[in-house]
Amino acid sequence: MRLRIFSQVLYPLAGVLLIIAAWVLACWLLNIPTVVLPSPDKVLRALVVRSDLLLSEGWVTLRETLYGFVLAMLVGLPLAVAVANSRPLNLMFYPLLIALQSVPKVALAPMILVWLGTGLESKLALVWLVAFFPIIVDTAAGLRATPKELLELAQSLNASPLQIFLKVQLPAALPFVVTGAKVAITLAVIGAVIGEFVGSSEGLGFLLQSATSQLDTPLAFAALFALSVLGIFVYALVGLGERLMSSWLPPAPAHQ
Amino acid sequence: MAFGVIKHVRKVFQLEEIGWTAPEPVVALDDASFQFEEGELVALLGPSGCGKTTLLRIVGGLIAKSAGSVAIAGREVTKPMGDYGFVFQAPSLMPWRNVLDNVLFPMEILRKNDAAARRHAHELLELVGLSGFLSARPHQLSGGMQQRVALCRALVHRPRLLLMDEPFGALDELTRMEMNDLLLRIRHETKASVLFVTHSISEAVYLSDKVVIFSKRPARVVKEMAIPLAYPRSQKVRFTPAFTVAERIASEALGVVAPTADEAPAHAAQGAGRQ
Repeated sequence: MRLRIFSQVLYPLAGVLLIIAAWVLACWLLNIPTVVLPSPDKVLRALVVRSDLLLSEGWVTLRETLYGFVLAMLVGLPLAVAVANSRPLNLMFYPLLIALQSVPKVALAPMILVWLGTGLESKLALVWLVAFFPIIVDTAAGLRATPKELLELAQSLNASPLQIFLKVQLPAALPFVVTGAKVAITLAVIGAVIGEFVGSSEGLGFLLQSATSQLDTPLAFAALFALSVLGIFVYALVGLGERLMSSWLPPAPAHQ
Repeated sequence: MAFGVIKHVRKVFQLEEIGWTAPEPVVALDDASFQFEEGELVALLGPSGCGKTTLLRIVGGLIAKSAGSVAIAGREVTKPMGDYGFVFQAPSLMPWRNVLDNVLFPMEILRKNDAAARRHAHELLELVGLSGFLSARPHQLSGGMQQRVALCRALVHRPRLLLMDEPFGALDELTRMEMNDLLLRIRHETKASVLFVTHSISEAVYLSDKVVIFSKRPARVVKEMAIPLAYPRSQKVRFTPAFTVAERIASEALGVVAPTADEAPAHAAQGAGRQ
């Protein structure tokens, strides 16, 4: 037990401290100007002094991320079901999906801003674009990976297509859906920040950019820190969802 | 008319059915004919990959036959009948359901998941010695226990016919013997009619009223033999001369041993021969 605390808490902590120490040392010894690389204490001060600003801007980014993610789930799940169950639909849309995925979303951002403006809508569109792909691909893979015997068992009992979907395919695909959601939520944060970079008047991405342009590097670093906290937070939310569904999920994941 | 009549069944898998690139359509089953009575346990014995499983799926209505006819209890089988039980080689339990809910799955699909169904599920699980594991998850059970759950799941809706596809093939020998005895006991209690696919000669002889022997693919029925051993059987029967003779006849039909010069005892133990 003691050993586990040691390895699970102390080692990562030691790693972080080591890097901070190297950072502090580099700032002092090499005399790096604050504009280029602020020392940790300046970043910490920015975090404390500007915490109200960081929280309000963080709230904006969090909302964009979560709304976009939910939207991606709402669109991605039914689409995955359609693609996995219908060969014509699969042939019609799967190549298109792959093509869409290979388009860099950053390149699309300016156009989306032209279409949807600088408000919430354009951020949602970008988050949706980056997040729905892993959801649809993993869910479709999960639906297709349903054990053949379970499908035959259901067929042998003359189960209806809806029964087969609800009682066999969906639960069998659930671990895959969770995996897709975990990838999607981390991408969703990136999508929101891209949207804010390209055109916005609020959010952590906007704050990061305006702080950099005003040479307020400590604030930029603080915003960066807030962004990573936000990323961890939303990932943990999905993890919590997984925990809540744990009675559904097999203990050992069927994939990886 | 017999309970089950299988007449000249042929199955050719077309290329689009197989899904992988084969040079030509695969003849899985050339010509299979045999009959069985209600309450009989019939083993379909043949080399691996010979098409016995294909025949079982055709009888179960899961795949269409290319030619011939299959009639069970007077009904021609063209689609799943809804009142057959299936046991596969792997237990194929649902990892997200506990033991009891796995067994009750057919009743849910048939919309008959009532108190009587739960009582029957409890009885079956009691019969296979798993009444202490109702709320366990499949991953907490051994392979043999999982297959016992699968057996209960196949029986819970009181199927007219139980189709078993090498159900004990993945188990170790001792567990397999135990499962064989369990199957015989369950068969005795439920009076179920069973088609049992296996590639184990001794398992086929030990379990069945009748063994139907298939050739290599494309499969034909090369021999039908009645097993002249009285039920209830116990493992001791494996060491009787009648058992050994039956095993030898089956081995000869399969071509794994050359026919013996002295045919007298073989013919004495042999049932309805074909061809």
